[in-house]
Order: sequence, then structure tokens, then C-alpha cells
Amino acid sequence: MLFSISWRNIWRNKVRSLVIIFSVALGIFAGVTSTAFMKGLAEQRIQKVIKSELSYIQVHKKGFRQNSELKSYIPGAAALTQDIRKIPHVTGASRRVVVQAMIASAETATGVLIAGVNPEQEKQVTNIHEKIIDGAYFEGIKKHPVVIGKKLAEKLNVKVRSKLVITLQDTANNVISGLFRIAGIYTTNNNMYDESHIFIRIGDLLELTTLPEDVAHEIAINIDDSENLPVVETQVKNLAGGLEVMDWKSLSPEMNYLTEAMELYMYIFMIIILLALLFGIINTMLMVVMERTKEIGMLMAIGMNKFRIFSMIVLESIMLSLTGGIVGIFIGALFSKWRSIVPIDLSMWAQGYEQLGFDAYVYLSLDPIMLVNVTILVIITGVIAALYPAYKALKNDPADALRME
Amino acid sequence: MNVIEIKDLVKIYNSSEVKVKAVNGITVDFEEGEFTAVVGPSGSGKTTFLNMLGGLDRPTSGEVKIGGINIWELSSKKLIDFRMNNIGFVFQAYNLIPVLTAGENVEFIMHLQGKPKKERELRTRELLESVGIGDRIKSRPAKLSGGQQQRVAVARALASKPEFILADEPTANLDSKATTELLELMAEMNRKYNTTFIFATHDQRVMDKAKRIITIEDGKIIKDEEFDQ
Repeated sequence: MLFSISWRNIWRNKVRSLVIIFSVALGIFAGVTSTAFMKGLAEQRIQKVIKSELSYIQVHKKGFRQNSELKSYIPGAAALTQDIRKIPHVTGASRRVVVQAMIASAETATGVLIAGVNPEQEKQVTNIHEKIIDGAYFEGIKKHPVVIGKKLAEKLNVKVRSKLVITLQDTANNVISGLFRIAGIYTTNNNMYDESHIFIRIGDLLELTTLPEDVAHEIAINIDDSENLPVVETQVKNLAGGLEVMDWKSLSPEMNYLTEAMELYMYIFMIIILLALLFGIINTMLMVVMERTKEIGMLMAIGMNKFRIFSMIVLESIMLSLTGGIVGIFIGALFSKWRSIVPIDLSMWAQGYEQLGFDAYVYLSLDPIMLVNVTILVIITGVIAALYPAYKALKNDPADALRME
Repeated sequence: MNVIEIKDLVKIYNSSEVKVKAVNGITVDFEEGEFTAVVGPSGSGKTTFLNMLGGLDRPTSGEVKIGGINIWELSSKKLIDFRMNNIGFVFQAYNLIPVLTAGENVEFIMHLQGKPKKERELRTRELLESVGIGDRIKSRPAKLSGGQQQRVAVARALASKPEFILADEPTANLDSKATTELLELMAEMNRKYNTTFIFATHDQRVMDKAKRIITIEDGKIIKDEEFDQ
């Protein structure tokens, strides 16, 4: 009966209750959609980094990641790569030789990181071949083709078929140069990456550096589903012996931190919204208690004890908040679901976003656990909002209250 | 048998400058099945007296014993339970719960008492029928006339099977037809259930119905008369 009274009490002043319900709904809607937006943004960024830059797992010789030395290579990498491809859930493995070098056009020069790759193998691991905006991925140039990023092409003021000179050190520490011709220009929308990463054939790089034929500095591995990452990682470790096997989270801790930071930020944001709403609910509940002083006095007189009075006020506040909360969650979830299929278009501000490595089109992503947590937070808000008004109600003296006109 | 025994009851209100003795040493007993009016001019202390009797207003001194229990020695929690189980209230302004139907208003107190649903529903129907508004069981107070609301209030007061009912100016907001009907009803309930009724009133029609009239002036009983009806 207490539930029934509390629920009906909410609708005694429809306009006032609807104003609160609407504001809670709006606040929660804003919270839910912005968290879905943030999560979508972070997930897309991570996926992009995995697909364009990192891949799921990388194998290196211990120490290579710290010193990037030419001689820190994996011997017998070709065979190991073959074996890795046979592991279930592995969809591709690419052997890479990675060298720091200078690249020069007719106008200027800059430092870059060269990845010597087998184009066919690389296609199974990263999606750079899908990001070609001019020319083709290692096609159209027979001798010494190079694929460079758009930002680098702009910096060097070059286009497809332009010549570039790559200068690096070989294994005997001699400075040597090679003439390359641009086969394709790619863009990942991450300007920093595009400006510093170029791709050439692994054979060309091995020849320039005089490294043995079957070696690699890095084996990049792609898998079918991120859920299978731990299993695959263990099997790769078994195959790789004393080599360093790292997943994307260890390779790029800042990406992992991005998810955690976003999650924390989402909750802080939600709590700020609820805090703002809290004062509105307190105000409404105070009005409710003041208006019903006589009625509360009567309830006390006929035998409703303090615990029940308190529960009635708290229930009313929870129901008021939760009604708005559920409406907000429902609309927010619906909107997020729709926007997880039809992305939000931020192309108007794309340049700024892309410079940070984010997409101009954001697919919202909603975590169901988050919705449960928001519901709990709304209930807690309802309880907190009721405490002071309920305390005021309990301070009522039934005899004084009943004397009121 | 004495249901209520009141001894040297005093209530002093301390305002900032003056002390007001609202009730000034009342000693009186009430028996089971009484139909008594407490009368007196405005400010004579009737309502304060009734509130102390009903466990709503703490006396400055004196005793209120109901069924041998000094109610003002009970803890506040026990006093609330005592009120719920032993005292029925009928107020001048009806004071029904506006969001509940007539039936639910009557049932509510039995719900607080923890009575089973079936028993509650049965008694609610019986009580509303006996106060003559069985057909309005599903109506909310706003849809009822003043007289009908006060009937619901009487049914509610009877619902907990109290030792006695305190009615503070129950007819003050009613027209004369509704007043007569309500008084008839309360007299009938008094006969039927042998429940003690104590009224605070100015209303001559209530006094005419009463079997005993206690007159209070300046917080003291100045007259206590019994009549054969």
C-alpha cells in the first residue's frame, strides 16, 4: 500500500512532477548518449590503431623496442611467421623489417620509419591498402615502389610516381641510399602516423641493409576476434620461445588507458549531471513535505510510525527520479542504438579530430552494464534527495500539524 | 468499567512572554460505551484536552490511563502503536488521504496493523456499508460530499476496533442535514459496537445527542452532567 500511496502522491501535482521527470530524463539522456559517444570514439580509435598501425599482437627480439637496432632481428622469422599463421583464429601474420631512415624529395628531407613488408602478407594484417587515396598499393611501379602517407607527401611536396631518396645505415654502419618511386599515397586520418611511416617491399629493404633474407624485426599478427586474443597470445608465446610477444594493450598502453580514462570520465560526468538534478529533486520533495504537513500529522496521529513516514517520502523521491531516469535511459539507449548504425557526422570539425587520430564519423557504443549502473546511481540520487525532506517530515508534531488550516 | 482515567491533567504553553495554562488540572473518568460531548467556548482547552487524551499532545503534568496504561509513560514508538490499536480519530476537516479511495482509506489503518488482506477487505466493506456509503467504496475523497467524507472518516476510526473514538468538532464543516445523519450514524455505531465516543464541540445538535456533557472553561471542568437518552 505504501508503494501505491507514494506512486499516486507523485501525480497529485502533475505539472511539478512532470517538470522534474522531464529534467531527470533529459539529464540522463544527455549522460547516456555522451557516454555512448565517448565509448564509441574510444573504441573506434582503438580499432583503427589495431587495424592501421599496431595489429593485435607483435613479436620482436627482446630489446628491439627500446634500441631499434638494425641487428636486433628475429632469425628464422620467415619460418616462424609461417607457423604462426597455422594457429587457430590467426587471420594473418606479416614479417616486417623496420628501420629508421631519412627520406628526401627534390625539395626537402625528413626522418621516417620504414617498414619493409610483403604487400600480400601485410594486407592480411593491416588495412593500409584500403586507405590508398592516390596511386595503388605497391602496384604500377616495378622497381623500388614506396607507399607514403598523405601528410608526408604534402610535406615533401611529392605525388604518385615522384622520386624519393631513402638514406639509411646498413649492417656494417655504412650510410647508403636507394632511389624509390611513389606507388601509392595513403591516409589513416592520423596525421602523426601518416607523416612518419612509409612502406617498401621487404626484399628491397633487406638488400639495402644487407640483412639476411629470412629475418624480421617485427612479426605483426591479426586475429578474427578480440575475444580470442589471450588464447592466441599464449600459443604465439609457445612458438616464439625467448622472443618478446606483446598484445596491443602492452604495445600501446596509452590506448588501453584511453578506454579506462573515458570510462572514469563518463561516470564523473554522470555524477555531475545527477548532482545538478539532485537539488531540483530536493526542492520538489521539500515542497511536497511542506504542503502535506497536515496530512503527515494526520498519518502520524492514526498510527503511521516514523519509519513508514520516512519510507513513504523516500519511495516518492525514488519513484520520481527513477521514472525520469528510466525514460532518459530508454530514449538514450534507443538513440545510441540508432547512432551505432547511423554514425554521427563530425566532418565539419574533422580536421581537429583527425589530427588527434579520431574518426569524423562516430558510431555510438553503449555498454549495458553502464545502464544498470546509471539506474543504481539514479536510485541513490532519489534516496539522497529524500533525506532532508524526510527528516523535516519526521520533525512534524501531529498535534501542531493538525491545528494547521 | 472505566476505560479512561484522567488525573490532574495540566498543559502549559510557554510562549516567549507569557505562560498559558490551556488545561488546568482536569480529573475525569470515561466508561466503556459512553457518548460524551466536551463543550466550552473557543480557547477553553477542549482540543488540547482531547489531544492529550489521544496521545498527540504531551501534558505538562498529570496522568492519562487507558485500560490501566499511563500512555504518556510509553516510548514514542509504543505510543504510536498504542494510538493505532486503541484510539480512533475523527477530525473537523475529515483529513482523509486524498490519493486513496474511500475503501483504501478505511483499509489503510488495518494495513498498518498488519491484518491479512482478506480480513481487511471484508471489514472495509462491512464498515462502509454500515456507515451507508458501501456504493462509494472506489471513490476518492474529492468525489465525495463533506458528509460522505466524514462517514468514511468514522468508518476509518472504527476500522482498527479502538477502545474509543475522539472526534474534534466533527460536524463543524457539515450542513444541518449531514450533521443530523452523521450524529445518527455515530450514535448507532456507539450502540452497535459499544465504542466510546468523545466529542469536542460547540454544536448544540451534538450536545442534544450526547449522554454526558462535560463543560470546560479556562482549562477546568466546570460542569459534568449525565442524561438519559
